[in-house]
Amino acid sequence: MTASVNQQPFRNRRRPLSERMLDQGFRLLVTALACSVGIILLWILRIIVKESLPAIGVFGLSFLTKSAWDPVSNDYGAFTAIYGTLVSSLLALAIAVPLGVGTAIFITENLIPRRISSLLGLMVELLAAIPSVVLGLWAIFVMEPAIRPILTWLHTTLGWLPLFDTEPQGPGMAPAILILVVMILPIITAISRDALQQVPGELRQAAYGIGTTRWGAICHVILPAAISGIMGGVMLSLGRAMGETMAVTMIIGNSNNFSLSLLAPGNTIASMIANQFGEADGSQVSSLMYASLVLMLLTLIVNILAQWIVRKLSLRYQ
Amino acid sequence: MKPISEAIDPNPKAGSLFQKSGLRFRPSLPRNLWNAVMTTLVAIAAGVAVLPLVLVLAFVLIKGGQLISLKLFTELPPAPGMGGGGIGNAVIGTVLVTGIAALLAVPVGIGGGIYLAEFAQGGRVARALKVFVRFGTNVLSGVPSIICGVFIYALIVKTRLLFGQSYSGIAGGMALAVLMLPTIIKTTDEGLKLVPDELRWGAIGVGASKFTTVMKITLPAAFTPIATGVVLGIARAAGETAPLIFTALFSNYWPWPETILSGDTGLLERLSQLKDPLLNPVASMSVLIFNFASTPYPELQSLAWAASFILVIMILGANLLARWLGRFAAR
Repeated sequence: MTASVNQQPFRNRRRPLSERMLDQGFRLLVTALACSVGIILLWILRIIVKESLPAIGVFGLSFLTKSAWDPVSNDYGAFTAIYGTLVSSLLALAIAVPLGVGTAIFITENLIPRRISSLLGLMVELLAAIPSVVLGLWAIFVMEPAIRPILTWLHTTLGWLPLFDTEPQGPGMAPAILILVVMILPIITAISRDALQQVPGELRQAAYGIGTTRWGAICHVILPAAISGIMGGVMLSLGRAMGETMAVTMIIGNSNNFSLSLLAPGNTIASMIANQFGEADGSQVSSLMYASLVLMLLTLIVNILAQWIVRKLSLRYQ
Repeated sequence: MKPISEAIDPNPKAGSLFQKSGLRFRPSLPRNLWNAVMTTLVAIAAGVAVLPLVLVLAFVLIKGGQLISLKLFTELPPAPGMGGGGIGNAVIGTVLVTGIAALLAVPVGIGGGIYLAEFAQGGRVARALKVFVRFGTNVLSGVPSIICGVFIYALIVKTRLLFGQSYSGIAGGMALAVLMLPTIIKTTDEGLKLVPDELRWGAIGVGASKFTTVMKITLPAAFTPIATGVVLGIARAAGETAPLIFTALFSNYWPWPETILSGDTGLLERLSQLKDPLLNPVASMSVLIFNFASTPYPELQSLAWAASFILVIMILGANLLARWLGRFAAR
């Protein structure tokens, strides 16, 4: 081989045709594979829009504001489910954000020996790996019976508030919110931890150097510097909470009757699909597809917003 | 970093810079009280965050662990109201459906990742394509898992696209594959980006083609992060339920007829039965947990706990394995 290389002038050497074909073929193959992601995404949208067209034609936008769900007279409206999706995910977020960001601060800010903090981090990450159906099982048989006395107490003392004016009877919105908290806590914690760890050490040192306390530095320097990452994580987990299906389906009670009370059974879009799709036919399928479309658009908006926030808010350090 | 954190340590130890400096620490100052309160609050937050994991693990290990026996793996679920039985079909089904999903998603995902990391440079078209693929990956990873199930239902199950069959193992595997794809693309892309460019230049310098460079140099160098991502993706898919309930459905029977092992039918016929679960409804542990948890029968409920035990052990095991793999390679 070396002999033939030496004999040929360098500029005349070309790769053999087979090798060039292989290279081009490989490039085409991976390009096609990469494009398949985008194509699948568009395909999902197309199929769901196509299947929901009959329901869109019949109900139009009133689907979003009606809370009727009547398979007998074929009258459908997803207001209860949309309301349930938004309320459950936003309330879960309101509980999980302080807990998650607090845990992330506890893990990253040298408050405890590194070994313990990495163990805590590992435990939170493992929590994220537990399947949601297992959390649902746990919620039905362990968590809900355990918190029912608390919910009953809420009803008896704060029952005059519309939020607590029904008697807790097992499955309901409140246990669903709590299980959502358990599910999104690891996401918020992990992303906040990464964001906090990426804050340059110089910022901390400068803050301490001008004489602030640990929490002065955290509140005024470190958190503002990490806010883009944390907000991105919060938005991502909001998307996850809105689309979360199994655990919520198992514990929310699946009722289409609209109720302001958090102690009453409710519904989310995802739980409604999971619960009814199997037995649905005709215009109910189409209505469920319409609901899927609403859910998909909601999560799409939240996820795009998350990416936009990260890009917009991120401070750049050299 | 170390001396500074010692210098502002609110509980100065003897000999620290703080004590040598002659400054005094007064715990009653508002800012120090604020410090103490906030530290306590985040400690409580961390405790509350870890509590669910401990409780879930404890209950799954205790309630499910009691029921673990060989029978669990060799028997079918009992009829409602009857005792005993096992979840053998669901264990096999989970492995099968997840395997189909991995077969579909891993090659596509690694190919997509290779494109993003190795080929998406240069002209305007390439850059636009890269944005399209990145955006698609990010958005697809945020699509709720139930939507993947609904999509495959409308695409394959309802239209009976696969040899006239409706619910099938392949449909379930495809739904899980859609779910796994973004994870695998992302980890492949990120893993390949960690490979130093010098390796690529070196390969091209000695005359390797792009194909050889990727296959022989960069992919092997990025093997560990990619393998970690693939293991994590498969583990996550194994526990998913929502994409399976309208695609693979559930089955109370073995994926293959029992005669496949020792039947008196011909070998050819028995070989052709191997494809049965691909085209028919398949049981899985996650759907079994969902179905049995909502029944009023205690025997079925305890089988749900046993299935949770097996699923959690499998998934946490895979996670710890992936983590160990990552640390092993970092050394």
